[in-house]
Amino acid sequence: MTDAEKRSAVEPFQEALKRNGLQLTREPTRTLQVNAGLACGLSCGHCHLEAGPDRREVMKRETMEEVVACARRFSFAGIDITGGSPELVPGLDYLVSSLAPLTPLLIVRSNLLDLERAPELVELYREMKVVLVASLPASNASQTDAQRGAGVWERSLAALKRLNALGYGVEGSGLELDLVSNPAGAFLPAPQGGAEKKFRADLARKAGVSFNSLYTFANVPLGRFRGFLERSGNLDGYLSRLSEGFNPCTVGGLMCRSQICVDWRGRLYDCDFNLAAGLPHGGAAGSISELAELPLPGTPIPVGDHCYACTVGSGFT
Amino acid sequence: METYYDPKDLGKFSEIGKDAPELAAKFFDYYGAVFAEGELTEREKALIALAVAHAVQCPYCIDAYTRACLEKGSNLGEMTEAVHVVNAIRGGASLVHGVQMRKIAEKLSL
Repeated sequence: MTDAEKRSAVEPFQEALKRNGLQLTREPTRTLQVNAGLACGLSCGHCHLEAGPDRREVMKRETMEEVVACARRFSFAGIDITGGSPELVPGLDYLVSSLAPLTPLLIVRSNLLDLERAPELVELYREMKVVLVASLPASNASQTDAQRGAGVWERSLAALKRLNALGYGVEGSGLELDLVSNPAGAFLPAPQGGAEKKFRADLARKAGVSFNSLYTFANVPLGRFRGFLERSGNLDGYLSRLSEGFNPCTVGGLMCRSQICVDWRGRLYDCDFNLAAGLPHGGAAGSISELAELPLPGTPIPVGDHCYACTVGSGFT
Repeated sequence: METYYDPKDLGKFSEIGKDAPELAAKFFDYYGAVFAEGELTEREKALIALAVAHAVQCPYCIDAYTRACLEKGSNLGEMTEAVHVVNAIRGGASLVHGVQMRKIAEKLSL
């Protein structure tokens, strides 16, 4: 049990699993997630990693080479580069151009604003057919700016328009642009289908912007978002809302079962949230350079109360 | 009791069935069916509920449907406009009775 769980008002996640006759264990690994660092041009209120402009933790070239060697050693169906803001990591072009030939699906997550300042990376992404996943919490200015900072809505729309002009998010271009929406507060996300329909209509009407798919995810009670929950008196209520909505059917499809996550130091985790919670893969700090074989199916995955965010409602898969 | 309205009481709504379970069951079944997706989406129904909650000035309903609207994907602009619709109808309902007042006054006046 984590320290946070000891203080928590809800049933420990491990107990909820047990009560439902479930265990959270690994399946064959299909995806490599690369957290390239915590530097970010924004300090979003929902960020579980507390990324921001004052963070200096970024992946060094040596670690990137270890990541590339790992991708060469194993066959990953997908590689997912995230942060922080990957665009702020020196040498990202090396990482992207080295990983792209090694996987059928290379994803880069972006806050849009830092991508605007790196047109050469956009060109590289186009060339490598990188799938871009961009954060946009809402289809309106007030909620977007409340979560991500003043003026972010307008600048995000400008960035999306430019990506559309380059073919990203435009039907038939072969360049995929997906959006991710996290709620702008201590409430659950809207169901994905309805939200995607609304985003598509709102963004087309307000800015002539198009995209491929929208994903809605619950905010994870870690890092800066947990701080907000504590300060605003929402922590117990939010955790209760997550745990009351626990859906045992989501456990089978959780992403942590089939991906391995490596951070900027080369350390291994089952997911980005366990990285933020300080819960390493296998329960002990391991390094990507020492990864001789992929995790064995059946290996237990460490859990905490943050896991309720991935198992509420239709889940986070 | 410090106030008549305690937010925690919202979670006790189902207790209303303790002494009249059959009636409560009929009500809650109907309630669930009303808010299910139909010709109107769940998001649209939650916005209507939020507006009506303001019209009947029910703090429990305002609490529940503010959260429901946010979780169904509505934004504060849409929710505020919904409350203005309530205000327009409530205000309009008062004002339109001014026609009656004017008719009566005209009948009585020289």
